[in-house]
Amino acid sequence: MLPLIVENLRFTGQHGPIIKGVNFSLNDAGVTVVMGPNGAGKSVLLRLLHGLLKVNSGQILWNGTGLNEALRKRQSLLFQRPVLLRRSVLANLRFVLKQRHISADDETCLNLLSRVQLDHVAYRSARHLSGGEQQRLALARSLALKPEVLLMDEPAASLDPVSTKMIETIVRDQRANNTKVIFVTHDVSQAHRVADDVLFLHHGEVLEHTSASTFFEQPQSTQARQYLSGEIVV
Amino acid sequence: MQDFAESFSLAFSLVWSFDAHLMEIVWLSVRVSITAVIIALIIGFPLGAALGMTRFPGRQVIIVLVNALMGLPPVVVGLLVYIMLSNAGPFGWLRLLYSPTAMIIAQTVLITPIVTALTREIVEQLHQEYDEFFKSLCISPGQVLATLLWDARYNLITVALAGFGRAIAEVGAVIIVGGNINHLTRVMTTAIALETSKGDLALALALGIILMGLALAVNALVMGFRSTARSTAFG
Ligand SMILES: Nc1ncnc2c1ncn2[C@@H]1O[C@H](COP(=O)(O)OP(=O)(O)OP(=O)(O)O)[C@@H](O)[C@H]1O
Ligand SMILES: [Mg+2]
Repeated sequence: MLPLIVENLRFTGQHGPIIKGVNFSLNDAGVTVVMGPNGAGKSVLLRLLHGLLKVNSGQILWNGTGLNEALRKRQSLLFQRPVLLRRSVLANLRFVLKQRHISADDETCLNLLSRVQLDHVAYRSARHLSGGEQQRLALARSLALKPEVLLMDEPAASLDPVSTKMIETIVRDQRANNTKVIFVTHDVSQAHRVADDVLFLHHGEVLEHTSASTFFEQPQSTQARQYLSGEIVV
Repeated sequence: MQDFAESFSLAFSLVWSFDAHLMEIVWLSVRVSITAVIIALIIGFPLGAALGMTRFPGRQVIIVLVNALMGLPPVVVGLLVYIMLSNAGPFGWLRLLYSPTAMIIAQTVLITPIVTALTREIVEQLHQEYDEFFKSLCISPGQVLATLLWDARYNLITVALAGFGRAIAEVGAVIIVGGNINHLTRVMTTAIALETSKGDLALALALGIILMGLALAVNALVMGFRSTARSTAFG
């Protein structure tokens, strides 16, 4: 599906512009980390890339074509707030597999769940899981679809250290599988560990798009410098 | 006082002995109401779900209309159905007036808006919750509908029960279109009204006891399903 080319992308919400003419391109598989202060437009950007929101102007091209249903089916978006069906953990996994006509027996499903360490709660109601467990179930559901592009919106935001490590391992596995991962996080050290390149978003504009090492060692914009050092970004 | 006590004990013995006349009335009531509920569900579930799932111009108007219909006084519904079914009315040739079918029609008209409105509310809420996930997965509208109905099933059962509760306790509409004819269209509520005015408190009380029992049972079921619904939805 790559390269992804985003040209002059604009999106306006009810209360004004949110993405204000953004340009960037992602050429290689690997992990692109999106960073930026709260409200910068990271989640909106992921939704636009995945086609859940309609662009106002500009374009998003996945290997030369705009997003359509066939392309979207090859992507998976992990929402910042996981959306889980009112069913058991296992049934949540089964649901997405069935939608894609992927047949899987109990063992395959349990294996997938064990990848996110949820096999022991397979038959529990998904809504009874803790916040971090819900995040991990949503991740397992995404992985089950074997997407070529995995969009992850703060997947580790409510995870404990063990689960965080697990997610990072999964992200690395995905990269090794040639899956493109676009990963939103506020955790600087985590970004350090997983990023190939970093996209820094601020007030709906891309202030930087550089390799990870450049971003962390010599951030170009004052805003990125302030963000990285934990100062208030204006 | 003597009379009351006597009526009560007579009433209980009627209920206890499954008095044939009493049971005939109860059975007709239940049959009419259940049939009306089933028809109302067949119309109201898909209609309510469609209203809850989709956005189209005029949708808001339909919602307001359905909500307004929900508040229709039963006697007015009875009157309208009466006019439709009376000899001079457009459906007079069907000769349905004063038949159980007429009562089913009146009750269906009465509870379909209730079923539709409640279903819309439930489905809309769940749809908002699931919408982006469904879009992300590119699920067909039919699958969306099936998933929403399935995941809301406990809530939808309470809708059906609420419809039944309303139908079985209703008197104004069925007395107009049914006429309270003995052995033909006499249901619990109309019989209670008649027997009370005649002074036969025993039969009225016996029916009242059964009606109350049914209402309590329905309410208990509603509460049970509601808590099941809540526990599958959240913790
Ligand atoms: N679907 C939407 N339609 C219109 N406006 C939206 C929508 N979603 C979010 N917004 C607005 O867009 C702005 C950016 O929101 P967004 O969720 O993208 O921020 P974010 O960078 O992901 O922040 P955080 O780090 O807190 O997750 C916010 O001001 C928000 O109110
Ligand atoms: Mg966000």
